[in-house]
Amino acid sequence: MHVHVKRAGALVAGLLLSAPALAEWTLNMSPGVTETSNQVYGLHMTILWICVAIGVVVFGVMFWSIFAHRKSKGHKPANFHENTVVEILWTIIPFAILVIMAIPATATLVDMYDSEEAEVEIKVTGYQWRWQYEYLDMQGNEDNEFGYFSNLATSRDEINNRMNKNENYLLDVDNPMVVPVGKRVRLLITANDVIHSWWVPAFSIKKDAIPGFINKVWFQVDEPGTYRGQCTELCGKDHGFMPVVVEAVPEEEYNQWAANQREAAEKERQLTEKDWTLDELVERGEGVYASYCAACHGDDGSGGGAFPSLRGTSVVTEDMDAHLDIVVNGVSGTAMQAFGGQLSEADLAAVITYERNAWGNNTEEMVTPKEIFDYKNQ
Amino acid sequence: MANNQQTYYVPEQSKWPIVATVGMLLTLYGVASIMVSGSQGESAQGAWIIFSIGSLVMVYMLFGWFGSVIRESRAGLYSDQMDRSFRWGMAWFIFSEVMFFAAFFGALFYARVFAVPWLGGEGDKGASAMLWEGFQATWPLINNPDPEAYPAPEGVIGAWGLPLVNTILLVTSSFTVTVAHHALKENNRKKVKIWLAATIVLALVFLGLQAEEYVHAYQDLNLTLQSGIYGSTFFMLTGFHGAHVILGTLILIVMFIRIQKGHFTGDNHFGFEAASWYWHFVDVVWLGLFVFVYVI
Amino acid sequence: MSAVADTHAQDHHHGPAKGITRWLLTTNHKDIGTMYLIFSFTMFLLGGSMAMVIRAELFQPGLQIVQPEFFNQMTTMHGLIMVFGAVMPAFVGLANWMLPLMVGAPDMALPRMNNWSFWLLPAAFLMLVSTLFMEGGAPNFGWTFYAPLSTTYGPPSTTFFIFAVHIMGISSIMGAINVIATILNLRAPGMTLMKMPMFVWTWLITAFLLIAVMPVLAGVVTMMLMDINFGTSFFDAAGGGDPVLFQHVFWFFGHPEVYIMILPAFGVVSHIIPAFARKPLFGYASMVYAVGAIALLSFVVWAHHMFTVGIPIFGQLFFMYATMLIAVPTGVKVFNWVATMFRGSMTFETPMLFSVAFVILFTIGGFSGLMLAIAPADFQYHDTYFVVAHFHYVLVPGAIFGIFAAAYYWLPKWTGTMYDETLGKTHFWLSFVGMNLAFFPMHFLGLAGMPRRIPDYALQFADFNMVSSIGAFMFGATQLLFLFIVVKCARGNGEKASAKPWDGAEGLEWTVPSPAPYHTFETPPEVK
Repeated sequence: MHVHVKRAGALVAGLLLSAPALAEWTLNMSPGVTETSNQVYGLHMTILWICVAIGVVVFGVMFWSIFAHRKSKGHKPANFHENTVVEILWTIIPFAILVIMAIPATATLVDMYDSEEAEVEIKVTGYQWRWQYEYLDMQGNEDNEFGYFSNLATSRDEINNRMNKNENYLLDVDNPMVVPVGKRVRLLITANDVIHSWWVPAFSIKKDAIPGFINKVWFQVDEPGTYRGQCTELCGKDHGFMPVVVEAVPEEEYNQWAANQREAAEKERQLTEKDWTLDELVERGEGVYASYCAACHGDDGSGGGAFPSLRGTSVVTEDMDAHLDIVVNGVSGTAMQAFGGQLSEADLAAVITYERNAWGNNTEEMVTPKEIFDYKNQ
Repeated sequence: MANNQQTYYVPEQSKWPIVATVGMLLTLYGVASIMVSGSQGESAQGAWIIFSIGSLVMVYMLFGWFGSVIRESRAGLYSDQMDRSFRWGMAWFIFSEVMFFAAFFGALFYARVFAVPWLGGEGDKGASAMLWEGFQATWPLINNPDPEAYPAPEGVIGAWGLPLVNTILLVTSSFTVTVAHHALKENNRKKVKIWLAATIVLALVFLGLQAEEYVHAYQDLNLTLQSGIYGSTFFMLTGFHGAHVILGTLILIVMFIRIQKGHFTGDNHFGFEAASWYWHFVDVVWLGLFVFVYVI
Repeated sequence: MSAVADTHAQDHHHGPAKGITRWLLTTNHKDIGTMYLIFSFTMFLLGGSMAMVIRAELFQPGLQIVQPEFFNQMTTMHGLIMVFGAVMPAFVGLANWMLPLMVGAPDMALPRMNNWSFWLLPAAFLMLVSTLFMEGGAPNFGWTFYAPLSTTYGPPSTTFFIFAVHIMGISSIMGAINVIATILNLRAPGMTLMKMPMFVWTWLITAFLLIAVMPVLAGVVTMMLMDINFGTSFFDAAGGGDPVLFQHVFWFFGHPEVYIMILPAFGVVSHIIPAFARKPLFGYASMVYAVGAIALLSFVVWAHHMFTVGIPIFGQLFFMYATMLIAVPTGVKVFNWVATMFRGSMTFETPMLFSVAFVILFTIGGFSGLMLAIAPADFQYHDTYFVVAHFHYVLVPGAIFGIFAAAYYWLPKWTGTMYDETLGKTHFWLSFVGMNLAFFPMHFLGLAGMPRRIPDYALQFADFNMVSSIGAFMFGATQLLFLFIVVKCARGNGEKASAKPWDGAEGLEWTVPSPAPYHTFETPPEVK
């Protein structure tokens, strides 16, 4: 009991002390960094002030009545009611205000819908619970295309309060989307499983990622910087843990970055072709396991709670095809996702081989990236 | 309301509502359990027992509740005003049924006008086609975006065969039930029986032909619930309509039995009238189905 | 006329039955109304405790009390229980109690079906709440249950959830049919449509909305059921369906549903304000037309909940304009209430306090609604806490304050005892402060970029979340005071109420004694 009191005291003290450090007390929308977002901000402020003005008038009359026309002050009730002229007036005036409001709203909307003439095109795919960015080649040359996943970079320790939370808590990813400044970027947004929604407040872009369909949006950032947002459509357990981060960089920097990415993608493709040894795969697999599997199955494969152990279990020691099927296609109705679309062939081969040879599962069996490629395309 | 000679009948305490509640809860809990244990590969024996008990309670309730209403009605407890309450009740119930079908018609229109063309590359979301290589948007949808997940039907039911015959059957049955109704108003009970029996026969033939059509769809055409949005909308619309026809036929049969027993008079027969309203509603829904599901 | 009294003598000139059978087997609209109200308040406390779990988790950043899976179950169940278990049954309860008294009818038109409508609700919620204890947990996909999260990716309990919704739907439809039949068929001689009390009018239109849209909800959950259990592809693009189809059908139900939850409150407030301003409602006819207009418009605005799903631009524009248009009749109502207060002779008993707060705070919710209607700006507001603030402003000080106002206004009629005015006012002020503290900061959170339905948030949202949680705890705890006030009043512990305890009140319900006898208006009153 005493400990609890102490802890609670420490908690309260901590809260009070940390409050000024955390305090932002942001009250309003930010105007953002694109022309569109500035227009939207303008619309927002206009309608807000219209509402405030109407509110002042209506509530003004009301409060004055409440103050002056009360029985305790001896005010005698009037008996007027029904006045057609007044009724018509207070129908027409709001209607006129709405018409005035609708004009700029329509103009902005039409502008937002025009996603033609883009210079960079990125396909954005929502997964439970990460984003995938694929940079398409505007000329349709597939060799120039590359893509990667963008995962939450906040550690579990921060989320579970075992570590101090850093400044970008829950808003940090390992691989942000990178775009050049001053160029029109078009996004083709879709999802792989459930509906997600891609939102960057500073661009005033929020578009649902619908599985099986593609939505288009565009934006153009003129100021280099890092812009953060989150998934805004409930997409399951970790809906709160799939942030969006966009880095806008000068064009040369972007081109350099893209070239590096293409090179890396080329290497990745070569990895599939390459002849692997068991040891190479196990070594690579250990890293993949740590970032994609350990969260549920444990660092040492011992599982925990609803998540099965991988130590000596038949799935990872016996039939290889069953193991492949589970990792590549997932298990529907459980937390086991389909990793086939998320990991490269090399990574899939590595992690499967690793699981079959780690923690005493010494099967000495391996699967090569090529075999994975064939399995996926059979 | 103008003359207050009769009073509004407020029934005494009744056990039927609570029996109906228990029956419905058990039935639906049973159905849900059957479905869930089915999908998880568990035994559904207990669920079937719950479902069966629930259904029996429902049947008991239906006989008991309707029985009381019929007895009260024949005892002359119901005033004209009560009669109007029943009329309003039945009319709005049918309206709610119309809205239920509207949801499925809406789904059909949406799929045809928006979803399928988008997936095939047309219209505002035509970019979606890049996710479904090789998919051609057609209606009836005889290839699906992902043919592995949803094997497409090999063909669909043409409008001018059985469906046309069924249309004629149902329209005729709407006519025959109206003749029976007029006969009842004239107190010509023999005529009522003949025309009501004709209606029931037409309804049963309709149901038989629908069953044949389903067998044909499943066995010869691979047109099933699982064959994509065409099969989904086709079977949900015709299936729910069929279920309503079955219900309507049962109601008509009950009316026939009541006529046999000498119920109803020329100016007091709301039960019969409600049955005929329901039958017309079922008929109108079919006309919508025939046009939007089969013809267009 | 003598025939009337005679038949009744055999039938009804006795009080309620004794014991539990009185409640199980009753056909009396007052009993059924009471059961609806008790049920609704129970659900309000249950849904409210779930809200407390949510606010406790959101008190601070980081995961403290519950895991995300359970958090999602809480948000889902909170929404479902409050909408279908608390607000809607409360209004049906008020309708049961008051409609026959207001139109001078002996009971509801179809009394046995009335009882069934009620008893289906505990059955439905038994089924719904039981999902919390099932394998895989309760529904966790939000009260809007968007496919495919609720179909392909839903927990096994989804099937039970679907059938629970079916039972609620049957209950609502039958309840609504009863209301319409009562209003259209059982009005006292002389009460023409345009002489009906506003509460009756608003309920007539609400009942119409219910009958029109509850079957559509049944349709959409049936499609879900088929997708989950029978392999159809309504909401799966792989078979030519579309997840967005779910949203269209759902919101075709969902938007009128929003008005179902507010129109009866409009009616209640339209009685209370004239009563305590001691001055007739300013524009009765225009109020009636405004409610009708709102109801009709509610059928053509549904896609404003879906501005971000990517509807073609003409659709987007149509739904934006139609939604903005709703501000006009809503404005007419607010202006009329203010004009009713203007130059009245006002007193501020608890019902009036709740009603005045209703007008102010509902209008604030209306303003944020107007902002949300502007499609380009909605891209920023959508699915953030701004939306959460908006709908809690229309539902808490809107629907729930409306229900509280009605309860205080009619408690003397129901129980024959005046409630404790001091406690009532305390309840009001604590609720008022707690509610604003809980929900006003959510506007700021949303504008600053906090998405809804997340169990954990970035650090810049920490302060307002803490304020909001404190407000929520305060509001939640205050409701126990309401329970105390009502129980005290129901036990006859307080001043005896006269037939018409409010000197400015109008209407047939005040012509019968307080408490209202078990059977009233067995002979229809004459309305001039």
